[in-house]
Amino acid sequence: MKPMHYVRAFNGIVWRELLRFLQQRERFFAALVRPLIWLIIFAAGFRAALGISIIPPYQTYITYDVYITPGLLGMIQLFNGMQTSLSMVYDREMGSMRVLLTTPLPRWFLLVSRLFAGVVVSLFQVYVFLLVAYFCGVELPPWGYLTALPALILTGMMFGALGMLVSSTIKQLENFAGIMNFVIFPMFFASSALYPLWKMREGSLWLYYICIYNPFTYAVELIRFALYLEVNWEALAVVTGCLLVFLGLSVWAYDPSFGIQQRKAAAAAA
Amino acid sequence: MEGQIRGYLWPKKAWLPRKTAMQKEAPKGLARTPVLTVKNISYYYGSKLALDDVSFEVFPGKVTALLGPNGAGKTTLFSLITRLFDAPTGRIEIVGRSAAEWGSRALEPLGVVFQQPTLDLDLTVKQNLRYFAALRGLKRNDADERMARALDALAMKERIGERVRDLNGGHRRRVEIARGILHSPKLLLLDEPTIGLDVPTRTAIVKHIHALARADHIGVLWATHLFDEVEPDDDLLVLTRGRIVARGTTKDVVAETGAGDLGGAFRLLIGGDTEEDIAA
Repeated sequence: MKPMHYVRAFNGIVWRELLRFLQQRERFFAALVRPLIWLIIFAAGFRAALGISIIPPYQTYITYDVYITPGLLGMIQLFNGMQTSLSMVYDREMGSMRVLLTTPLPRWFLLVSRLFAGVVVSLFQVYVFLLVAYFCGVELPPWGYLTALPALILTGMMFGALGMLVSSTIKQLENFAGIMNFVIFPMFFASSALYPLWKMREGSLWLYYICIYNPFTYAVELIRFALYLEVNWEALAVVTGCLLVFLGLSVWAYDPSFGIQQRKAAAAAA
Repeated sequence: MEGQIRGYLWPKKAWLPRKTAMQKEAPKGLARTPVLTVKNISYYYGSKLALDDVSFEVFPGKVTALLGPNGAGKTTLFSLITRLFDAPTGRIEIVGRSAAEWGSRALEPLGVVFQQPTLDLDLTVKQNLRYFAALRGLKRNDADERMARALDALAMKERIGERVRDLNGGHRRRVEIARGILHSPKLLLLDEPTIGLDVPTRTAIVKHIHALARADHIGVLWATHLFDEVEPDDDLLVLTRGRIVARGTTKDVVAETGAGDLGGAFRLLIGGDTEEDIAA
């Protein structure tokens, strides 16, 4: 297999995902409206009540809407990761997944390309959100928009891999909404997206422990530090580890030899 | 004419890549080198036997009809050949490449038209074909030329910019066939490609595929349960309850059973099994 074949296939997969995204304008607006409601309405209310004391990576007191922004970026990516998994379930039901899986390229490569295509879509949403947030008064270090990019790619890949893993376990499209709520909301609320962990610890010790075992917390912290030109090494390690685990399990689940797809076919025929 | 497929011969020079020495030479002797070899394949869904020691070959330039009632195991067989599932026993070779040893690379010379529609409804015909061409590693210009010719031959060129969602079932099928042959495969798998189509469209597609196989020396495995899609000179495999119960050219199989036509021969061969029997 020539290297250019890989390049063309990768481009084709990303291009198709972008085309689909651009044709689904509702998806774009829904993806933006959700975090903007949090930023403009929820955060504005809490801004008066809550100030965040100086905690890394911040070097001064910050307002609540500044604090919540990395969490909302994580939220966009988490929703997008789940959207990717919905799209994969849809593709499987509509048959177009077969076209992808019968391509003469390694399955892991096809799945990673599909994953990356979802990340490209999420990055577009993230930067549009950051632009709107800027006009709402959330100012970040100018270079932070650039240094956050690798972190956003990594966290986007992690959420996409999680979504892909979820998609491999879903039998029917109708089951998806329940699973999505089961994954997204606990991950988002039980994390450092809305409140700093030290505040969480003061409020509820058990919730604090849930938060520190939640990969979403580390994704948010990775983005938060990257926006301020810093690296949170612990978060980087956890996010990378989770990405590898989720991705490995997804590739296994889609493997024709022993994956979940094969067992599903067996269950359907039995 | 809109409902008809134009011409059967493909414009050769630009459409096809350089032919291999095997294809350039007179195919007579080498036509017996199979493009698909299936050896001793059995497959279970849990405890249910779906395929029972299936073996056969498909040769270049020939259409091999895989005739069987619903539930006979045709789609399972296709899923194994296309590596959607892995075969736990036996051996599958595509143009000499074992699927078990070559993995996904064994699928390179393979074109597939699935029973289930697999086009992206929200994309145009052109976008769908370009996506597939990219997956097959074709250059953009090359892909555009190929798709123009393929769609022209299938009387679909004017619809290249239309969204698939706006096409009727027959036109969608034609696009799927154009996609299946876009990369000049040596083996084309068709899993009941004419399901749900009207008779003129079905007839046109059947003729087109036969002409394509002959002209471009493609081996075709055509799963169907419609007798009129099978020509007398086609190789025939009759599959029922996961087993091949007859093989040979269609006319030979009909003659051996002593039936007057393929329908009669088929009923004799499946032993009165109904689709309900098979599904049970």
